[in-house]
Amino acid sequence: MTPTFAGQLINLLAALLLLIAFAMLSQRRVLSLIYLFAWQGFVLVLSTTLVAYSTGQHHLYYSAALTLILKVFALPWILHRLIIRLNIKWDVETLINIPTTMLLGIVLVIFAFNLALPISQLASTVTKNTLGIAMACVLLAFLMMITRRKAVPQVIGFLAIENGLFFAATSATYGMPMVVEFGVALDVLVGTFIFGIFFFQIRETFDSLDIHHLEKLKED
Amino acid sequence: MIHSIFTQLLQTLLIVGLAPLLVGWVNQCRAWLQNKSGAGVLQPYRVLHKLFNKDAVLADGASPLFRLAPYVQFGCMALVGTIVPVLATDLPFAAAADVIALVGLFALARLFAALAAMDVGTAFGSMGARREMLVACLAEPALLMVFFTPSLIAQSTSLPTIVETLAHREFVLYPSLAFAAIAFYMVSLAENARIPVDNPTTHLELTMIHEAMILEYSARHLALIEWASAIKLMNYSVIGISLFLPWGIVEAEGWLLIPVALAALFAKLLAGGAALALLETLSAKMRIFRAPEFLGTAFLLAVLGMLIRLALEK
Amino acid sequence: MDSLSAIAANVQPLHFVLGVMVAWLILGGLGLVAQHSLDFVGHGLFPASAVASLVLAGAGLAALGAPSQAMILALGLPDLPFHVRLDALSAFFLVLLGGASAGISIYSAGYFRQGEGTPPGVHCVLYQVFLAAMAAVIIADDAYMFMVAWETMALSSYFLVTSNHKIPAIRSAGFLYLLLAHIGAIGILLCFGIMQGGHGDYTFATMRAAPLTEFWASAAFLLALFGFGAKAGVLPMHAWLPEAHPAAPTPVSALMSGVMLKTAIYGLLRVTFDLLQIQLPWWGVLALVLGLMTALFGVMFAAVQTDMKRLLAYSSIENIGIILAGFGLTLIFHTYNAGPLAALALAATLYHCINHAFFKSLLFLVTGTVLHSTNTRSLGKLGGLIRHMPWVAWLGLIGTIAIAGLPPLNGFVSEWLLLQAFLATPGLPSSYLSMLVPVGAAAFVLAAALAGYVMVKFYGVIFLGQPREEKLARAHDATWLERIGLVWLAAGCVVLGVVPVFVLGQLDHVNAMLTGHLLGQQVGGAGWLFVSAMAPERASYSPLLFLLGVLAALGATFALVRKLYHGRMRRGPAWDCGFPLQTARMQDTAEGFGQPIKQIFEPVFRIDRHMPSPFDELPRYEGKAEDKLWYALYLPVARAVEWISASISILQSGRIHIYLLYSFVTLLVLLIFVR
Repeated sequence: MTPTFAGQLINLLAALLLLIAFAMLSQRRVLSLIYLFAWQGFVLVLSTTLVAYSTGQHHLYYSAALTLILKVFALPWILHRLIIRLNIKWDVETLINIPTTMLLGIVLVIFAFNLALPISQLASTVTKNTLGIAMACVLLAFLMMITRRKAVPQVIGFLAIENGLFFAATSATYGMPMVVEFGVALDVLVGTFIFGIFFFQIRETFDSLDIHHLEKLKED
Repeated sequence: MIHSIFTQLLQTLLIVGLAPLLVGWVNQCRAWLQNKSGAGVLQPYRVLHKLFNKDAVLADGASPLFRLAPYVQFGCMALVGTIVPVLATDLPFAAAADVIALVGLFALARLFAALAAMDVGTAFGSMGARREMLVACLAEPALLMVFFTPSLIAQSTSLPTIVETLAHREFVLYPSLAFAAIAFYMVSLAENARIPVDNPTTHLELTMIHEAMILEYSARHLALIEWASAIKLMNYSVIGISLFLPWGIVEAEGWLLIPVALAALFAKLLAGGAALALLETLSAKMRIFRAPEFLGTAFLLAVLGMLIRLALEK
Repeated sequence: MDSLSAIAANVQPLHFVLGVMVAWLILGGLGLVAQHSLDFVGHGLFPASAVASLVLAGAGLAALGAPSQAMILALGLPDLPFHVRLDALSAFFLVLLGGASAGISIYSAGYFRQGEGTPPGVHCVLYQVFLAAMAAVIIADDAYMFMVAWETMALSSYFLVTSNHKIPAIRSAGFLYLLLAHIGAIGILLCFGIMQGGHGDYTFATMRAAPLTEFWASAAFLLALFGFGAKAGVLPMHAWLPEAHPAAPTPVSALMSGVMLKTAIYGLLRVTFDLLQIQLPWWGVLALVLGLMTALFGVMFAAVQTDMKRLLAYSSIENIGIILAGFGLTLIFHTYNAGPLAALALAATLYHCINHAFFKSLLFLVTGTVLHSTNTRSLGKLGGLIRHMPWVAWLGLIGTIAIAGLPPLNGFVSEWLLLQAFLATPGLPSSYLSMLVPVGAAAFVLAAALAGYVMVKFYGVIFLGQPREEKLARAHDATWLERIGLVWLAAGCVVLGVVPVFVLGQLDHVNAMLTGHLLGQQVGGAGWLFVSAMAPERASYSPLLFLLGVLAALGATFALVRKLYHGRMRRGPAWDCGFPLQTARMQDTAEGFGQPIKQIFEPVFRIDRHMPSPFDELPRYEGKAEDKLWYALYLPVARAVEWISASISILQSGRIHIYLLYSFVTLLVLLIFVR
């Protein structure tokens, strides 16, 4: 595999990541959202492996393996269990105004691309062009969190932000130091557990996972 | 010169003559996929022949516009077929239109179809016209964004130039082109009245779009319209091929290369037709007001393709 | 003899233009002489006016290639004479004025009837003054003459709009028009005030030389955009268009929509590219965004209209939006030093101006004839007119195809050129613009595609289907004078569409003047048959081949089908899937046709629905889609003005002592200050 071809493949995977980010933005079903999240993790694994292979950065293999275990299998499995236990497997969220959200998403992408342009001109990695996409993924996941009303999709949005950041680290500087990565992975895992516990508590209290009930907690 | 005129004639005849075959192939594939035996790939020809032989029945109130419209539709589609490079890029007629002008020609045919549908003054006719125009309005922005990406790569909207640029270079993976190709596929489903936007074989009046427009037509007029929509499907297929899969189209003078180009074309069309049948078997028709979302997705993909082209592939 | 030929050799296009203006004024004066003689006014004065228009168009065409000429007229105030100048930009708009008004005038000759509001003679005066004022706006070379002509144009058109002044709705429409025209005029006046740069000399020549800082240049540009935008109907100053156009007599609507709106575009081009020395990129972005918004707004509202002239008025808003977007694109390219692209965008803009003049005039005149023979403007009461009015219907079809932007007619050429300019935007040096402007192209295409939707509705509901009222069977076709006018405009649409290379060659003189670049080989590189953008291998289009190709394919198919099979045909009742009962009321109404647009773009409209209850004896459904801006902008401003005037009216007590006291206090204050 020539380096340019590997670069093109990485670009293709980056584009796929962006596409999945948009798909998550417009996905109504909770279950499909989890699958999309898993797929995003999988694409991330592929691209990290590819970067590791084409640049000879061996520590990236480890982070790819970590991503595979954590984000493709463990977290989706936990989330899946969670929605079965919460009995919201077939939940459909009513999303208002998908076209407006999509247009906003496009504007965010343009913003992210322009933001990354000067940085990627400085960087010397083969993946420098994908930095814009990584930032776009982060922003889109953020937008997804803003537009959702149910708790589980919000958590998925949060995890997707982490995916975007991870990809940004890979594309800008060939990944973070292993210690940091392990730390982040642990944080995410623990975070998901805590969120799970919170879900049960929220539902106990309000009989629903709709987070606008949390507004009632405000002291007047 | 003789060479180019020959290829021009050959490809026009090919597109006009083989269009019903493509429709027959799609129908046959769908029948196989649905465990039916199917009527054979030649069935559309039989239907056309039968229709041409029948006496035309014209509704009482129909104006001359109603009779003119099928000929205009057929003429427009045949003209598109002469302009798209199918076998070779060296066509004397190709400079008459770039890809945007081709879209204009499709729109002209559609305008006449919609007006003719309103001419008799039946409830279904005008409903079909309205829906057809609606789908077209939403499809056109997406289609334009699709054309942006290849024309950015080739620095041209003229199809022969795009084909020469894309097929000539060393193999490069363009994620942007992949996005544009998916978007183009979605738009052409909508424009050709296929599932999931419209169902070409439906018998429910209320869900019809294209069929509702041609309810009042019979005999040779109906035959011309059916044939024109077959050519339209063919045209969209060959535009898609020349934008996204241009390998095999002859670029210089060479008699020997034409059979190769023909073989490549057949292979692509067979695969594309089968894929279309598969998609139509797997999906169901959407409600009409879901069509904006469907086409919005196509638009999104096309815009993403263009942005990725601008940001990634410099 | 020698002196005569010397005079003849010295006669310049500018003299012809002035001559035509004088001729128009004389024709108007003759109209006053015989106010009530319809025959004299209709069959004498209006055709003569049309001939004058043709002379004007010819003079403009001759002046396009010639060097610019200037004159000082012995008119105006002492020490403040009128300056006139004829350069390529003026010449182009004179061609537009002459070409479109020739058709409209000859149509008017057959249009006016006895007993409709203002007597025909008075109508004739106003009409001719309106024409002359528009010509004066275009050739004015100082701000004084420009404003005088501009106001004359506004006033004469106001009186024309309110010629049926006995109807209250028409009076209020006229008032709204006059109001917005004057608010706009204030903007233009202030703009000139800034541009003269403190010299106190209001000729355009001084303005060209006046050095302005970026701040003042921007202020002048914004004022010009506001002032001319109010005349052109740019968002949010569009409100008068859909009111005034239906109110005016049809030839006046045609003239206002087809020609008068373009004088605003002329003014904008004159100020931005000719009078101002510097241009800034953000002006272009502003104009582009405003233009695209106006275009989308106009076309969406056009889609939900039920009055045919209102529909066309909204469609004019859309086209002005497209023109403004083209203007913005020109500015963007110009300020980024992409000269050839700026020339391309400018050519597309100007091309669309003249196209719109022809097809919109044509369609307005078509509605005029329909209105005369059916006495209704409401689309819900029309239908099936192609059977009784074949001339109008088939000529209207040409206008419909042209305005829908379809090949091979003229609307497509300008939209194609504009799209090519949009396609070149990714090459701009600003990375934000290079990504955002192409997405703007999608908005443009959406507007153009929706225009197709609107025109199918317009044409289909008026001319096709079954007649929705019984009286429509008695509809009569256009008179022969009306037909000449319609044929002239339709022929314009075809010619402008089929020979774009020639038209673009003429437009190049304007390009050279405003952008300093020529399209030249760019568009004609592949011979006269093919128009190409940038280079022939980049994109090319040949309308003539299209036309011939479609006609040949059509003829061949027709002949082949007849030869191989047969041409047998019989008539029968419509099938309609076997439903037994079919009445004209079961067709789509205008509301029904607009319904999907109303549903999909619901946030754009302010929708007012009245649903019948299940127990209604006579259930009626009513749905109105209104302009949100009217409620969000116009009404609050109107209320604020009312409140302020009410507050001030406290001063008005009605007692004479108080008024004397006011005068006395004023006097005292002045004395103190002057001391």
